[in-house]
Formats: sequence, structure tokens, C-alpha cells
Amino acid sequence: MDWNTIFVTTVKASIGLETVVYALAAIGVNIQFGYAGLLNFGQAAFLGVAAYGLAVIVSTFGLSFWLGIAVGLAATVVLAFLLGIPTLRLRADYLAIVTIAAAEIVRLVFRSVAFKDVFGGSDGRQNFSGDFYAMNPFAPGTYGIGPISFNERTTWVLTVGWVLIALSCALVYLLMKSPWGRVLKAIREDEDAVRSLGKNVFSYKMQALVLGGVIGCLGGFIFGLGQASIQPDLFGTEFTFYAYTIVILGGAARVFSPVVGAAIFWVLLVFVGNTLSEAVGAGVFGTAVTVTQVGSVRFILVGLGLMLLLIFRPQGIFGDKREMALDAR
Amino acid sequence: MTQIEGAPLRRAVIAFTAFLGGLVLLLASPAWAEGEALKGTLQNQGQPVNGVKISVVAEDGSPVAAVTTGADGTWEVPVPKAGKFKVTLDQTTLPSGVALKFKDKGTLDVQVYEGNQRNVLFALAPAGQQGSGNTSGETSSSFWDRVAQLTFEGFNLGLIIALAAMGLSLVFGTTGLTNFAHGELLTLGAMAAYLFNATLGVPLILAAVIAVAIGGGLGYLQDRFFWGQLRKRGSSLVAMMIISIGLALFLRYVFLFFFGGESRPFADYNAQPGVQVGPISAAPKNFIAMAIELAVLVIVGLALLKTRTGKAARAVADNPALAASSGINVERVIRIIWTVGGAVAALAGVMLGLAQNINFQMGFQILLLVFAGVTLGGLGTAFGALVGSLVVGLFIQLSTLVVPTELKTVGALLVLILVMLFRPQGILGRRERIG
Repeated sequence: MDWNTIFVTTVKASIGLETVVYALAAIGVNIQFGYAGLLNFGQAAFLGVAAYGLAVIVSTFGLSFWLGIAVGLAATVVLAFLLGIPTLRLRADYLAIVTIAAAEIVRLVFRSVAFKDVFGGSDGRQNFSGDFYAMNPFAPGTYGIGPISFNERTTWVLTVGWVLIALSCALVYLLMKSPWGRVLKAIREDEDAVRSLGKNVFSYKMQALVLGGVIGCLGGFIFGLGQASIQPDLFGTEFTFYAYTIVILGGAARVFSPVVGAAIFWVLLVFVGNTLSEAVGAGVFGTAVTVTQVGSVRFILVGLGLMLLLIFRPQGIFGDKREMALDAR
Repeated sequence: MTQIEGAPLRRAVIAFTAFLGGLVLLLASPAWAEGEALKGTLQNQGQPVNGVKISVVAEDGSPVAAVTTGADGTWEVPVPKAGKFKVTLDQTTLPSGVALKFKDKGTLDVQVYEGNQRNVLFALAPAGQQGSGNTSGETSSSFWDRVAQLTFEGFNLGLIIALAAMGLSLVFGTTGLTNFAHGELLTLGAMAAYLFNATLGVPLILAAVIAVAIGGGLGYLQDRFFWGQLRKRGSSLVAMMIISIGLALFLRYVFLFFFGGESRPFADYNAQPGVQVGPISAAPKNFIAMAIELAVLVIVGLALLKTRTGKAARAVADNPALAASSGINVERVIRIIWTVGGAVAALAGVMLGLAQNINFQMGFQILLLVFAGVTLGGLGTAFGALVGSLVVGLFIQLSTLVVPTELKTVGALLVLILVMLFRPQGILGRRERIG
């Protein structure tokens, strides 16, 4: 058992790439689910179309990086409209079913052989992050404290990621203090009451869906750039469920809870995963558990955690029970 | 596996692989026998096929090895490390009269995990009887023959979806719960049948009966000790929906933990020779499976229409408060529905396992189609679910006439979204349920 490695990787996980990506995705989910009460179970698709928008423009068509970002953002907005128009007038669970179906459509199309020339099939796309790293202001070397340090590429990705998180949080804070945010929360509480006050509920919900998708899609860019490659299966339904677990863990409808939730979530997941891997490697469980099985343990724990959280502490760590949008109409 | 792995875990895995590689060098022995490999058995209608050349190429294009299948149809290629490999079956070396079932599946991309001996399956069929995967070069089947064949396969799939949808729709109708863990009841049924059939050697029919009993029992227990308690606590519907997602995730990966990531068939009725009925060719098991599915659906349907409990169930689905005030024991009705729903879902799982092998994700993969069927028919209506499921099954199979087979699910899910746009209450649903 190499406790030192476990400790270092766990501490790194608290600010690492996964935390950044999932925090951004969770901030988006928090706007949709926490503030507006929309059950968007297709957040993975928003990150997916953004990341693929960037990757396809740069690596398939050889166009510029910024055009790729623009196309990724545009694709996210289009997807939000496509999902929102048919479902936002219906009951909450319809949106849930449609968004989860849409996320699977997006993933299946990305990995299909028919579109392999464009999306690269199940291998995904590489070679699209060159321009991003060319902008890297950090000189080659490692940055950090002692063993907890990153190379210049990772440092650059994480810096950009955390700046985006800070900006997103600031935006959410300002928006939710504004009249717009109050209307959104009112819609979550009682849609009919808001409608009777003359507000266009459909339009507000659509704005929340688009805004949450766009903030989430920033996570998609960071995911693709940080790994310098993307594969369709990164954007499976589990991704969305992780993001929901993070939001509920931190506490829905709180500005910083997705960020704190993401950090805690990944610290726990990496710690448990690494400890188990090390324990299996050291033969603690004998032959009863293999390394491949350890991968499934983390999902088992996430599922269990999600259930227990909602049963015993639906408001999460920082949430307010009165502000939980858990009542379907 | 299609999940997202964290980079730290991946690093740990890479380190472990490197450690294994170091061991190989140290021992300087053919330690590959203990390591990763690709293997498989070529069979045509239950008979081994020998002398077929199979070559393996690594992801970067460097060849790994080429082997020829033995007299028992088996082949094995040790690979140097985990990763992606392309496995190609040389179709010119197939004996005459035998062809790939799907012409475009001559080369497969497979992922080998650490310490995994990955089974690679090439589906073979007698020449001229290939499945729907081939679209070109075959003159033996006319367009209308294919339509007939696909309609048959569509009904087969639709009936399985309908079995699953029945329980889902009734639970939704009576409790309002959109149960994302319903697919796992299917997987559970298939796995229970697999355990009894392949591991303990019980004949499949008996194993299926046991699996259905287990499914019913678990449905009952789930409501008695889980969902019923949550309803009593006053958990809201959205909370319960997310709890069902957590439960689904939990169960699915428990299955993965114990069952492993590969697909496995039942021990019985594995390689039945197909029979030709008019333009349709299928294994006899498919006809019998469809007959059982139809019978069960008719029985459940009649029970809903004719029996006291069935009428009570429909009354609860219609208006729980009114049903309770007219003297119906709502909790008891819900418990019966969970029991029947669990049993029927387990049966659907066994049938699905019979049709396409057993896999830890099978339930989740079909769940979205079940949702499509249920929504198409109208959420909460039992017969709507039946109609919607058949439409979805037919649509999926018939759509392969025009779209690639791998994208057939996409079409069905797109239809789901279009239904939302134009008739959100579904075919048999009523308008007030939706808004």
C-alpha cells in the first residue's frame, strides 16, 4: 500500500481536470435543476456537442481554434432549443425522458461508423488542442508545492478552467440576485402563479436551459483540451448522473455548492478508487476482487451515495431544505 | 465499459500494467499465457468451423499475430498489452456454404482490458441466410422478403419492450414514479436465469420460471421495503425519480462487479438452426418466445380488464384519491402491481437474453426504448404502452431498410422527441396527464 501516492493523487484530484469539468457541468445543472426546477438529464450531450464542435472544426476541417469555440457554443444553444421547444411546456418527467434520449442520440451519432469521417467513430478526435497550448503563458516546468504539482500544460488548462468557474459563479450570483433570478425561482415553486402574474414562463425556462447548457459546455471545451482528445463514450449518461450527484451533494440552488460538491465528490472517488486499486494490487482481498472490478465499485458507491443523500439529506451539505426543487407538479 | 475513468485511476492502472510488463521481462518466460489475449470460437449452427484465418492488428496499425482456427473452432491470440485491437476474419478462408452473418462485421474493433482474455464473436450463418446487417450484393432476398423478415423481428423486439413497458407504465400510473431502475429488473431476470441455467445447470425453461419468481419477489420487496417507505415519508416524485437513477446505477455496477463486462449466452438453445416460414427465417426459439410473450401480455391485459384487482388497479391509475375513498386498498393494489411488474420484467429480461445474449447494460440499453414505447402510447396507460412498444419495435427494425443498423435506435428516440412535439399525450393517452 503506497499511501504517499494515494495522498498525492487525492489532493491533486481536488483541483484537477475532472473537478473543473464536472464543476462547470454541475453549475449548469444547478441553474436548470436547482434554480429553475428543470430536469435536464442530457447535460452530457451539451458538453459533448461543444467538445465535438471544437474538435471537428479544428481537426476534421482544419479551421481556426476560435471558430471551433464559436461553433461549439452555437451547437450547444441549438441543442437547448431542440430539446426545450417540445418539452418545456410539458410535465417535468417528460423533459427528463427526452433529454436522456437526446443524450444517447448524440453519443450514438458521434460513435457511429456512418459518420466516422467527421466524428472519428469510437476513437473520437485528436489534434485539436495545438492552438490552445500555443497560447500557454507558462514556461515549461512544473508548478505547485512539493509533489502536488502539475506540468505547464496541465497548469494552463486548470488556470483557464478555474477562471471560467469563477466567472460562472459570479454570473450565477448576480443573476440570481436580479429580478430575472427571482422569477426563475418562483417558476420552480409555482409555475401557475408566475404565469398568472403575466410572466412568459416558457421563455424563462428556455433561457435557463440555454444558460445552463452554455456554462456546462465550457466544461466540454476544458475536457477536450485537457485530455487533448475526445471520445464519444466520455459523454455517456453516467456523466450526467455524476453531475446531479455533485449538485445534490453540495446542495441545490446555492452558488458555490456545485464547485465544492465537485471537489468533494472527486476527492472521495479518487481516494476510494486508488485505495482499492492499491489494496487489490497488494493482495489484500486475495483473488476475490480483481483490478477491473475496482472500476465498478466507484459507480456502485455513487449510486448508493445518490440514493442515501436524497433519502436522508436532500438539501445536501450547504443547501436549504425549503429551496429544494423536488416537487414535480 | 463505457464509463468515464478518472485520470488518476487511469494512471494507477497504467502503473499496474507497467508493473505486469516488468514481471514479464523479469521472468523472461511466455508469461503472456497469464496476460491479455483475444480469443473466440467460430461456430456455424452449432458446428465448429476450422481453418479460418484471423488476424489481429494493434491500434497503431502494427500487426500482432495471425492464427487459424483449430478443429474445435477455437482460436487465441495473446496480445502484448491492454488496448484497442482490430480483429479481422479473412472471409475468403471461410468454408463454402458459410458466410459472415453481417457482411460489414468482418473486422471488429475490440478493447482488451488489463488481465482480460477478451472473447471476440464473429457471427456466422449459412450463406444466403445472413441477417439484416448486409445490404449489398445479396440477390436471394427481395425487398419485400426483407420487409417481412424485419416486420417479424420488429414484432419480436416490440413484444419484449411491451413486457417491460407494462410494469413501468402501471407503476407510473399508480404511483407517479418514473422508474429509471426498471431496466435493471430486466437485467436481474436475465442474470438470475443465467445463474441457474449456465452456472447451476438447470434447464432454461425451469431457470426462466425461477427467474420470474425472483423478479416478482424482488418487485414486491422493493415496494414493501423501499418505495412504499419513501411514499410514506412523503418523498416527492422528483426525489424518487433521482433515487431510482441512483438505484439503477448501483444495481447496474453490482451486476458488472459480479458478472463482468462481457456478453454471455444461456447454455441452452444457443445455436439453433433456423427454419424458413414463408419469407421469414428464424430459430424456433424465437417463435416460441413470441408465443409466450403474447400469451403473458394477453393474460395481464385480461386480468386488468376482468378481475377485481385489475379493475382496482385501473381505478388507482385513474385517480388514486377517488379510488381510496371508494374503498380500494391503494397500497395493496400498488404492491400487486410491483410484484406483477417485477415478474413480467424478469420474463422480458430472459427473453431479451435469449434474443441478444446477457450483458450488465442490457436493461439500461432497452430502458430508453421502453420509455419511448410508453410515452408513445401515453404515460400511465397499460394498453397504450403495449401499442407504443409494438410501434417502437417495428419502427426500429424496419428503419434498418434505410438507415445503418447501428443508428436504428437513434431513429426510435428521434420519434419519441417528435411525438412530444405533436401529440405529447401519446396515442392512447389523455390530454390532462401532460401539462
